[in-house]
Amino acid sequence: MKKTIVSAALTVATLGAAVTGASAATLDDVKAKGFVQCGVSQGLPGFSNPDSEGNWTGIDVDLCKGVAAAVFGDGSKVKYTPLSAKERFTALQSGEIDVLSRNTTWTATRDTTLGLNFAGVNYYDGQGFMVRKDLNVKSALELSGASVCTNTGTTTELNVADYFRANKLEYEIVAFEKADEVVAAYDAGRCDVYTTDQSGLYAQRLKLTNPADHTVLPEIISKEPLGPVVRQGDDQWFNIVKWTHFAMVNAEELGITSANVDEMKNSDNPAVKRVLGTEGEFGAALGLGNDWAYNIIKAVGNYGETFDRNVGPDTDLAISRGTNALWSNGGLQYAPPIR
Amino acid sequence: MSDLDSQTSLDRAEAGALRVAYVRDEMVQPMEPPVSEGGIVGWARTNLFSSVGNTILTLIGLFLLYLILPGTLNWVFFDAVWSGENRLACATTAQGGELPADWKAACWPYVIAYFKLFIYGRYPDEELWRVNLVLLMFFAGLVPLLISSVPFKRENIIFMLGIFPVASFVLLSGGNLGFNGFLLPDALMAPSAAKFWIDYLILSAIIVGLVYAYMRATDSDPLRPSQFAAIAMAILGVVLLVMSVDFGLEPVETSNWGGFVMTLVIAVTGIVAALPLGILLALGRRSKMPAVSLFSVIFIEFWRGVPLITVLFMSSVMLPLFLPDGVTFDKLLRALIGVALFSSAYMAEVVRGGMQAIPKGQYEGAMAVGLNYWQSMRMIILPQALKIVIPGIVNTFIGLFKDTTLVSIIGLLDFLGMINLSHSDSSWATPVQAMTSYVFCAFIFFLFCFGMSRYSIYMEHKLNTSHR
Amino acid sequence: MSVSQTHGSGSAAAGEKPKVRLLNDPKFRSYIFQGVLVVFLAWLVWSMVNNAAINLKNAGVASGFGFLSNPAGFGLNFSPFIDYSETSSFLDVYWVGLQNTLVLAVVGVFFATLIGFIVGVARLSNNWVINRMAYVYVEVMRNIPLLLQIFIWYKGVLAALPGKRNSLDWGFLGQLNAAGLYAPKPVFAEGAGLIGWALLVAVAVTFGINRWAKQRQVKTGERFPVFWTGLGLVIVLPLLAYFATGMPVSFEYPAQGNFGPRGGMQIIPEFIALLIALSTYTAAFIAEIVRAGILAVNKGQTEASYALGLRPGQTLRLNIIPQAMRVIIPPLTSQYLNLTKNSSLAVAIAYPDLTAIFAGTALNQTGQAVEIIGMTMLTYLAISLVTSLFMNWYNAKMSLVER
Repeated sequence: MKKTIVSAALTVATLGAAVTGASAATLDDVKAKGFVQCGVSQGLPGFSNPDSEGNWTGIDVDLCKGVAAAVFGDGSKVKYTPLSAKERFTALQSGEIDVLSRNTTWTATRDTTLGLNFAGVNYYDGQGFMVRKDLNVKSALELSGASVCTNTGTTTELNVADYFRANKLEYEIVAFEKADEVVAAYDAGRCDVYTTDQSGLYAQRLKLTNPADHTVLPEIISKEPLGPVVRQGDDQWFNIVKWTHFAMVNAEELGITSANVDEMKNSDNPAVKRVLGTEGEFGAALGLGNDWAYNIIKAVGNYGETFDRNVGPDTDLAISRGTNALWSNGGLQYAPPIR
Repeated sequence: MSDLDSQTSLDRAEAGALRVAYVRDEMVQPMEPPVSEGGIVGWARTNLFSSVGNTILTLIGLFLLYLILPGTLNWVFFDAVWSGENRLACATTAQGGELPADWKAACWPYVIAYFKLFIYGRYPDEELWRVNLVLLMFFAGLVPLLISSVPFKRENIIFMLGIFPVASFVLLSGGNLGFNGFLLPDALMAPSAAKFWIDYLILSAIIVGLVYAYMRATDSDPLRPSQFAAIAMAILGVVLLVMSVDFGLEPVETSNWGGFVMTLVIAVTGIVAALPLGILLALGRRSKMPAVSLFSVIFIEFWRGVPLITVLFMSSVMLPLFLPDGVTFDKLLRALIGVALFSSAYMAEVVRGGMQAIPKGQYEGAMAVGLNYWQSMRMIILPQALKIVIPGIVNTFIGLFKDTTLVSIIGLLDFLGMINLSHSDSSWATPVQAMTSYVFCAFIFFLFCFGMSRYSIYMEHKLNTSHR
Repeated sequence: MSVSQTHGSGSAAAGEKPKVRLLNDPKFRSYIFQGVLVVFLAWLVWSMVNNAAINLKNAGVASGFGFLSNPAGFGLNFSPFIDYSETSSFLDVYWVGLQNTLVLAVVGVFFATLIGFIVGVARLSNNWVINRMAYVYVEVMRNIPLLLQIFIWYKGVLAALPGKRNSLDWGFLGQLNAAGLYAPKPVFAEGAGLIGWALLVAVAVTFGINRWAKQRQVKTGERFPVFWTGLGLVIVLPLLAYFATGMPVSFEYPAQGNFGPRGGMQIIPEFIALLIALSTYTAAFIAEIVRAGILAVNKGQTEASYALGLRPGQTLRLNIIPQAMRVIIPPLTSQYLNLTKNSSLAVAIAYPDLTAIFAGTALNQTGQAVEIIGMTMLTYLAISLVTSLFMNWYNAKMSLVER
């Protein structure tokens, strides 16, 4: 009996040793294991979606690749952990993942009570509604008596309750655990309305049997700033993730793209020089090499490039820049300068 | 009666040998039974139309069959689509395809297109030979184990419980685990594989020493138990060594495992881990020591009283919180721990049932020969009890095998999880897509579970006759 | 080091002290062993609690049960008896979840028992067609995972129903579509309570008659048609009360709204799918239990009944079933418990049961995994224990009759 217990304890200990650990210094851990463990969705086109080969693409995935490029100079040194809405915060808290980049809304509760830090906003979103065209609904205010499909454990579930209550509309909520199930139920006619972040509506519409039969209503009922999340208490890692996003936004502003980044290295513009590390020691201050931002842009491009590649007008999702345009173009994407 | 018959026929044969003219030496051919009694008609009369009530029942049954059978057969076979490239092959005119508007039947090309994903998940193509090798080893080891006439049962069991798990672990994951050491403080020696082995040696020495000291203290022969402990630690060491050796296999993340293979991995690992745990718990529950039996009862009743899905939630959401800072378990491993603990409680009750069925004389006999508790359990009680409960173990395994589908709820892509995932692929999206894949899944599960339950019944009969 | 040497030293030690060593005293050993076990378990629990505390503190996660009184903020689409709105607290979510679990379990147990007994008896039928069909039913149901069956009913069958605006009209039964069954909802006006009381009285009187009839049968051997009398009472008395109080019960039929039927009593498809899957699946196991129970009754009992002149129906009702019940009840209990536990699979198809809305939605909204999962598991455990206790009591009562 005793021996069994000891050997069981030993097995547990060795298994524990076999898997990766996380401690206060995430950067050291990441460097030691040689890759960034990134928490992503279980499949949301445009944000984080695997193809049948298991290759992940999307705007959230590009952020992870950017972080890997900043740390290792190689955007492919990322491993992905698909997480449900329920698991995502525990996975980050327990150190299973290093960064959570999973279309996660920045809210006060999450920022304060869950032990997490939001490292910026890589997509400004808002919750919208999708309905069948043949219902002839033109506004969300005509939805009284409708049944609404949504995800559980998300802010959308709370927002939709608030919205219908505030406007004194009757509704029936049908809340599923997985995004795919919500789409399937909506597609099968279980609900009249599908609600989630508007970007999600465009993305999920692609999975419907007849995407053309459905329309997104004009109302946006909430603010949904989506961004990457890290653990509290590790400022260095927080800074790396935060500035990865900022570097991409700054690069767009300065006109640096993945195509011209090598030429731009010879630029005389001091702002460009600072970003690309030919002037100043900004990388070292983050605990990285000075070419950190160069590596990010080389690997995934600037913010505009990742937007256009994953969700932009030329993709199936066909989302316009809107609020996600640069501040100089009337949008909200604004990065502090690198200096 | 039959003796008498053979006696008289013998007499007749002798009589025939005399060749008396008025005695026939050939049997008269029996006449056909009347049409109303024999053959299909007679059978139908007794089994289907013996009374008015019976006739009504038969008609109701036939009507139900008429309702179910043709529709099902048409759906699965005759109306089904068998080839195609994408959803258009299975789409009606209203959905942009060419099939008639009221067409509703299976869409098999979709299952064929997804077959690899359903079976292997996202395991990389060029590494599939590893999965196939594991499956081959599994069935090659299992089949002779199940057929009782095949010799070398002992070697077979050692292969299945010793070599196979380690080999399949290395093959599936790629092995090459990095051990860092666990005993000595890091200040003394930097964590490395070498430190791990030094730590392991120290631990083994401590354990062997403890066993030796304990045996000395109780005036028993200390050599054999110490040897036993040393050998056990050496075997464990070899297992760990094999797991840590770099065989040059490409590592495959468990997030890429999936499909039916993952279902098998979870079910087999669950049962293999549950068996020893279950035996210990069963022994504990029957123990005379109050603390031990109380603990066992609480443990068993707790796991039996809660649904598996809450156990899986617990292991996926809570387990990480219970571990020391810096230790994390893989998602699959967490599910495995949940499944193993859960099924060990059920296994314990099965084993306990077997132990209760052993006559008391066996226990007393073992004591009378002077065997101590562990000896009598190991040599007298458990071998008999475990043999009786083989059908029970198989039934527990069937239950576990079916229950593995629950891991799809916590996001693992097992067989059912993979099938649900495939529904989000719009290139095959049709109204019949879900049902087609579920029918396929149900068929595979039925095949395995029905086969196992037949085997369990067969074993039950076999064991029954040998005991009566 | 040879065996004899060590052995020699051992026996020499024993020779010096003829008394049995303390370590060899079974009692002492068992104390030591139990002590070690208790210490080990205490350490395990302590380290888990400690780790959890440290981890939660490091992560800055709130803890404690204070969250239970916070408003939940999300809506729920099924709560037959408890009033729930978005402003209700998380504790209310817990109660609604428990209610939905129990409603599903009770209705499921009813149908599972019904189907199970029919199929179980059919398995023993002399009629070949019925017998084989029952066999196929049992084998198919038992050997396909329950979760898969739930998906088949939900996504395969119910999702294929017409959309909300093209409901199938079932007249009095209501309207059926992909969003569920919209049944007429009974509306109780003033005085409707009397009907309930009439029903109670009828049941009580039936029990009284049953007792009296039993005593009379023991004394005189005469039998009394208790079942038919009771059935008559249960139907007639409430009906009388219904007409006496001026027909206070009316039905609210679903009306046609913008998005299909509205009003009435909506039975959501998640409930229907779970109910069908749970009851047909469990029924297969119950059928086998019933079959085994009936087979366990000695054939001589049947023959003796016939010899006494009882008809086959009477034999089954008065002789076989009462004896079979004793064999049937213990495994039947565990099937009822299994059904209750399996109802937690609701989480897969969004039926708002305890696991789905409390261990699911509420957990997601609050992040307090330890408290919520703990409460959920303890609740299921309590349901199991209460059911076991009740069934043990019932079983003991049944066994006493046997002597």
